[in-house]
Amino acid sequence: MSVEIGIENPFQPEAARIVRQYDLIKDHRFFQVRFLDVKRAMSFTYNPGQFLMLSLPGVGEAPFSISSTPSRPGILEMGVRKVGKLTEVLFTKSDNDIIYIRGPYGNGFRLDQMRGKDLIIVAGGLGVIPLRSILYYVLDNRDDFGQLFFLYGARRPDEILFQTEFFQLKDRRDIECFYTVDKVDGGNWTENVGVVTTLFKNLPRLDPLKLNAVVCGPPVMYKFVIKELLNLKIPKNQIQLSLERKMKCGVGKCGHCALDNLYTCTSGPVFTYWDTIHFRELI
Amino acid sequence: MRIIKMYKKFLEPFLECLGQFGRLYAPVRKNGVLTYGPIESISEAVFSDEHPLIPIKKLFHPMKFDMFRFGESGFQPDYSMVEKRVIIGVHPCEIHSLLRLDDVFMADPPDPYYSQLRHNSAILGFSCMPTENSLCTSTGTDIVEEGYDLFFIDLDQFYLVWVGSSLGHDMILCHDEFFEDEVTHEDIAKYVAWREKRNLAFKKSFAFRNMPDLMELSYNSEIWEQFGKKCLSCGQCSMVCPTCNCYDTTDVLDVSNKVSGRRERMWDSCMFVDYSLVAGGHNFRATRADRLKLWYTHKLKTFGKEYGRPSCVGCGRCVDTCPVDINVLTVSQALSAREVPK
Ligand SMILES: Cc1cc2nc3c(=O)[nH]c(=O)nc-3n(C[C@H](O)[C@H](O)[C@H](O)COP(=O)(O)OP(=O)(O)OC[C@H]3O[C@@H](n4cnc5c(N)ncnc54)[C@H](O)[C@@H]3O)c2cc1C
Ligand code: SF4
Ligand code: SF4
Ligand code: FES
Repeated sequence: MSVEIGIENPFQPEAARIVRQYDLIKDHRFFQVRFLDVKRAMSFTYNPGQFLMLSLPGVGEAPFSISSTPSRPGILEMGVRKVGKLTEVLFTKSDNDIIYIRGPYGNGFRLDQMRGKDLIIVAGGLGVIPLRSILYYVLDNRDDFGQLFFLYGARRPDEILFQTEFFQLKDRRDIECFYTVDKVDGGNWTENVGVVTTLFKNLPRLDPLKLNAVVCGPPVMYKFVIKELLNLKIPKNQIQLSLERKMKCGVGKCGHCALDNLYTCTSGPVFTYWDTIHFRELI
Repeated sequence: MRIIKMYKKFLEPFLECLGQFGRLYAPVRKNGVLTYGPIESISEAVFSDEHPLIPIKKLFHPMKFDMFRFGESGFQPDYSMVEKRVIIGVHPCEIHSLLRLDDVFMADPPDPYYSQLRHNSAILGFSCMPTENSLCTSTGTDIVEEGYDLFFIDLDQFYLVWVGSSLGHDMILCHDEFFEDEVTHEDIAKYVAWREKRNLAFKKSFAFRNMPDLMELSYNSEIWEQFGKKCLSCGQCSMVCPTCNCYDTTDVLDVSNKVSGRRERMWDSCMFVDYSLVAGGHNFRATRADRLKLWYTHKLKTFGKEYGRPSCVGCGRCVDTCPVDINVLTVSQALSAREVPK
């Protein structure tokens, strides 16, 4: 006996066109995409910190952070590192090629608690991709936020993502930017050298109760950055971390991203440090 | 809730008539193994106390199925496996396991595959007596209050039949004459005696209600390392556990066609080493001890924190199955006694 199925399929990939793509640095590529369906493209909203599931038929599906800001609708941006099966095929795509996406998933950064307050954005390596969304969101809604600090560290100068774009921000007076690399081998790097925590000395004295911090980076980075943030006396629930776990469904069904009693895909990927302090398997 | 009585001689003709409500499924014996499968006639069904090796989740969260077909025009959902079904002979712990799976798959947004299979399946529960490793009194899943359309309690000459849903009521109507509304004092006495006999028949138990606390207190226990050394990462425990819901997906291209194919979904297990591996080679649960800890904390503690009760339903399959004796019994014993059973 056949049956009628009349419900939404949350796993349904939707067609999107690659509007533009180019290499950021070696093995890291930037993608601008737009839903084929114009209405969908214009009505699609999300929070900074949320992610998409990207499908290539025949290859598979994987999660990627949204790197654009919802304050600039119509276009979605992603930054992708080539690490395996899906990303390798994605890197062979050209402008106007069709890919499939679904989302947005996850909770995103807690904008409500950040409005009217100062903000420190701390990015390590690839972690800058989701943070770029909140960075531009704050810049686009500048009056809603207090002072803004952007701390970004990469391993080497040629591993700084969005370098031109981010270095231009240094000319703005409504944001303080600090960049660092672990190591320089020649070249003309004029910024700081050292791990990302060495940038904290540049911060002025701030009122910790009026301060939020958002952090994203490789697993090893969190422990050290959190220590610095706690030194600034920021309350633990005003520190927000974006965590990475393996994800297969994005909607709390496949189990892969389980973190204690929560799913990283639905209760995260953004958690406050206070939330995570109770997790036994943080990083 | 209505409870009625049916003499045993009517069971077969009654069940046969249920074909009009959907395809009949029941435990059947295949190559000596008891398993849920479709049946052509009731005589194929095996109603026994034994648990089918693979739990009923396979009928709702299939081991492998196609989620989508894809081609030039994108992804089309494939719901071809969804059909009207009547599943007969489901034990209480299995009904509880479906309620636990509902917690995950029916939560917003509902999984369309699972929820459609669920909405189109009638559940006919059957009572059972505990087997060697049944633990369902420990987990409080030895009786059912919801989750079935009809539930049959076997009291030798007759069944007491619990009518649990409007659909169950419609089923009764297809052979109204088989059922008697009057349940006598004697019948009730028989029922009470059966309950007592059943309660006394359990051979094993564990301190399920203590487990969330014990798990929390034992997070850094060396017990996990000791179990980790024994575990083979074979994943059998997750395959046989009726409440393991994890899955993976893969795209498969049609033979001789580079643009069309299907997206498959298949069971996965957190016992496998690449389960939590992410880009850059970072593995959140690289050691077997870590993975066992995840499995058991999830079954006996954390699931409850999210959904109200831990997910173990005491079916005892992990006790039957693990080749090196890692199961809810040995784990709970070890955590209480601080010693891994030999
Ligand atoms: C919330 C979230 C946001 C992410 N955002 C970005 C982003 O903005 N840019 C980016 O480049 N990457 C991002 N990732 C990581 C990205 O999803 C994986 O690198 C990607 O899945 C690899 O796909 P692949 O098929 O090319 O690799 P595979 O061939 O599948 O595997 C290569 C390696 O990646 C690991 N891997 C596989 N699946 C995942 C997964 N779901 N999550 C993490 N690692 C995985 C594998 O274990 C293996 O080590 C994000 C991951 C999450 C969970
Ligand atoms: S616990 Fe037992 S059944 Fe599970 S993976 Fe380890 S050896 Fe296999
Ligand atoms: S943990 Fe063991 S006893 Fe509990 S439901 Fe799973 S297989 Fe059955
Ligand atoms: S990605 Fe499937 S449960 Fe989170």
